Amino acid sequence: MRRVLLADRLATATLWALALFVVAILVSIIAYFVVSSIPTFSLAFLFSDPVDSGIGGILPLLWNSAYMLVLTMLLTIPIAVLGGIYMAEYAGENRFTNAIRFSQELISSVPSIVVGLFGMTLFVAGLGWGFTALGGALTLLVFNLPLLLRLSEQAIRAVPADERAASLALGSTQWQTIRHAVLPIAIPGIVTGIVLTAGRVFGEAAALLFTAGVATPAHYDFTFVSLDPRSPWSPFHQATTLSVFIWNTNSEANNPQHTEVAAMSSMVLLFLVLAFNLSSRWLGGALQRRVSGL
Amino acid sequence: MITSSAKRVGALAFAAAMFVAACGGGSSSPSPSAAAATSSSSAAPASAGAAASGVAGPSACVDGSITTSGSTALQPLVDAAGKAYVAACPKSTISVQGGGSGTGLSQVLQGAVQIGASDITADSKLKPDEASQLVDHIVARQGWVMVVNRGVTGVTNLTTQQAVDIWTGKVTNWKDVGGADQPIVLILRPASSGTRATFKKVVLNGANEAAGQALTEDSNGAVTQAVSSTPGATSVIGFAYYQSNKDKVTALALDGVQGSVDNMLSGTYKLQAFGHLYTKGQPDGLTKSFLDYMMSDPIQKVLIPSLGYAGAGQ
Amino acid sequence: MTAPTRTLRVAKPGFRARLDPARRITQAAAALVIAIVALILAFIAWRGIQLFIDAGVAVPEILSPTWQPDPDSGPTTFGLLPFIVGTLEIFVGAALIAAPLSVGLGLFMAEVAPNWARRITQPAMEVFVGIPSVVWGFLGAVLLVPVLRTNFHFTYGYSMLAGQLVVALMILPTITSLSYDAFLTVPRDMRAASMALGTTRWQAIRHVVVPAAASGVMTAIVMGMMRAAGEALAVQMVIGNRASIAFNPMSPIQTLTSAITMDMGNTTPSQPWNMALWTMGLVLLLMSLSFVLLVRRLSARRPAE
Repeated sequence: MRRVLLADRLATATLWALALFVVAILVSIIAYFVVSSIPTFSLAFLFSDPVDSGIGGILPLLWNSAYMLVLTMLLTIPIAVLGGIYMAEYAGENRFTNAIRFSQELISSVPSIVVGLFGMTLFVAGLGWGFTALGGALTLLVFNLPLLLRLSEQAIRAVPADERAASLALGSTQWQTIRHAVLPIAIPGIVTGIVLTAGRVFGEAAALLFTAGVATPAHYDFTFVSLDPRSPWSPFHQATTLSVFIWNTNSEANNPQHTEVAAMSSMVLLFLVLAFNLSSRWLGGALQRRVSGL
Repeated sequence: MITSSAKRVGALAFAAAMFVAACGGGSSSPSPSAAAATSSSSAAPASAGAAASGVAGPSACVDGSITTSGSTALQPLVDAAGKAYVAACPKSTISVQGGGSGTGLSQVLQGAVQIGASDITADSKLKPDEASQLVDHIVARQGWVMVVNRGVTGVTNLTTQQAVDIWTGKVTNWKDVGGADQPIVLILRPASSGTRATFKKVVLNGANEAAGQALTEDSNGAVTQAVSSTPGATSVIGFAYYQSNKDKVTALALDGVQGSVDNMLSGTYKLQAFGHLYTKGQPDGLTKSFLDYMMSDPIQKVLIPSLGYAGAGQ
Repeated sequence: MTAPTRTLRVAKPGFRARLDPARRITQAAAALVIAIVALILAFIAWRGIQLFIDAGVAVPEILSPTWQPDPDSGPTTFGLLPFIVGTLEIFVGAALIAAPLSVGLGLFMAEVAPNWARRITQPAMEVFVGIPSVVWGFLGAVLLVPVLRTNFHFTYGYSMLAGQLVVALMILPTITSLSYDAFLTVPRDMRAASMALGTTRWQAIRHVVVPAAASGVMTAIVMGMMRAAGEALAVQMVIGNRASIAFNPMSPIQTLTSAITMDMGNTTPSQPWNMALWTMGLVLLLMSLSFVLLVRRLSARRPAE
């Protein structure tokens, strides 16, 4: 019995050490970017236009990252959650569901650049859109849809069976049960899925190089609200995102201060992901209270 | 923000037209505004942008929206020229994508972009019947320099023969070319890149690089990073990029000639090549106006030398 | 206690259930995934076989160890073997490093962590996922490569091991989050029952939780490995990209994805060189396909949860 207790202590200690180690890696990465950004960072960096030589700013790129995120998620979330409901609530184990699982596993191994070239062939050249935010978002759908579908399926499956049984026993239809008993409980799980998927939108570069474009925008006129490709509000505008910009800044290095610009942009990106993630967690909680209160 | 409702209706109608055109749009015209643009040249010389970029704008503006893509070696130049044009002509949009020479050539051929930039001629990457559809516009000469890690001492110049020996793997230590006793770490660009193709043709005279003993990095930025952090490393980068990274790597002269704009112009520095902008058929509208602007004095005489390129002329 | 849920839900849908619009709509949404993936696969397959159809290269040639795609440098040989080996090395190495770390971390979050610790680790994992591969590559090239060279006496620092470490860190959060979910789905009652019998927490974990979550954890690892196989930008920045077969973790190697990223932009679809890059994409896909099938077979053989 003593050996058993020792093993328990040892295992617990190991798991703690592991967790500390991984969190330490993350903290040191963030610290690295913060420390290397401090000498040059100012708030103006967030609100000014990029320049060819010097520090400049990243306002249009931040805008594009947010724009791509919203656009991609608007396309992904409804389809993925509906599909997740099907997989968790309606589908049995058959060829169809098997094919879906297989597709999900397979798609994540396709290199992003190949998906990007697919998007280019289809949207940029095929449909003649040129480099557009919409083309980029549809390309990202290829990765995000299978991933979010899987994550929402898991979230829905995790809802205890009693909830369903109780609702069905009260005479609700299956859809009513899903809508009022299952979904509210699954929402925090779905939100986690959305956050994970959104992380990929913020971070993706290779698939967007050939679809949404890499040209560094000089200046955006936000008062020009139109579908014209010159308007930053248009789904047909070229939308170089922050992570594409980081890639481009590092690889082209034609700005003498490219190291500083890339490091600061990376730091902003990390904090953006952090902020997004905390706020969606809060939103998930709020939503759950609201939906289950109905 | 749009305030009057009339404006809003107009914008919506325009937006609807836009959407239809964009969805079913032909491949040759990038947007309705570009198609409409050809007829709306404004004769007034534009000088508004002069202050912004320090380079005079084009003599006449053409409205519209075009995209260029391709060679990353030419990208800084096309980008700066595009910004100078747009600064003077705010109704035009010129967006400059990179992607590599192959991307530029295939995208201009597909009609995905209006101008494809390439370090090398189209016939070396396309089939003859494809290359014949493209029109070549030589806009500048670009140079490259051999660079070494700052810790490499005693070597400031390589003869062509020494460079051949190093790049083909015959010489693997700096002491054999007059430097200290330190192994040479050879860093190449990808075999498909214009930089490597030009170096191979001009300096190596077609000899194959010792790729099996070398590292390969994808871009000017990655090469600069690798050379600056790896002791004994050497590689080749675009002259325009070297100018932005003088504090990170040391440039070597070739056969006693320093890489510089003047030496490129005089022809004594041989590691240089023409920069090509290709259009599918003869250009028109904003594309033509922009290409004309590329050949005008403000670009050829002011902007090009300031960025480390040499003019196309002579 | 929980087993009967499925039967409750999927009692064979009758005719009316089949017509249920909610069922139809959700099914269509799920089917879209198959359609998109099938479209991409068809696209890659079509471009990937052009090397054999259009350029007339014999299929066995791609198993040659020699990669010489440039017609200006002599006769061409489109041997993909160095890239296939390099990809496998990154793929397996990264999984071996990441799997124990991240499954352990998932276990920690699900079973051991007090609330406050979970409130740190969970968002930390999500931020981790959000770190773009370009940032990983940049960190790898700027921090990891010099450390490997100066402190561990690697010839270049740009090496197989550098690639494995970077990819391991990249896939760590994916495996962690998914295996955490797998551990969470093990019903609380099973643990309670075990511990009520007088077992320690670790015994409950080892004998009850881990076996019950095994197939979910397996899927988590597979998803992570898939991501490793498809990763390109970060790997390319740290492995040195030398197209020769090497088994020493200190030597530079090249992977299928890094070759695709480096040469795709510089070639045009008319060149056999470019076609060979698409063939690489196809080969990568076939490798993943066989891997997915293998793992499925392995996990099917396990006794059901």
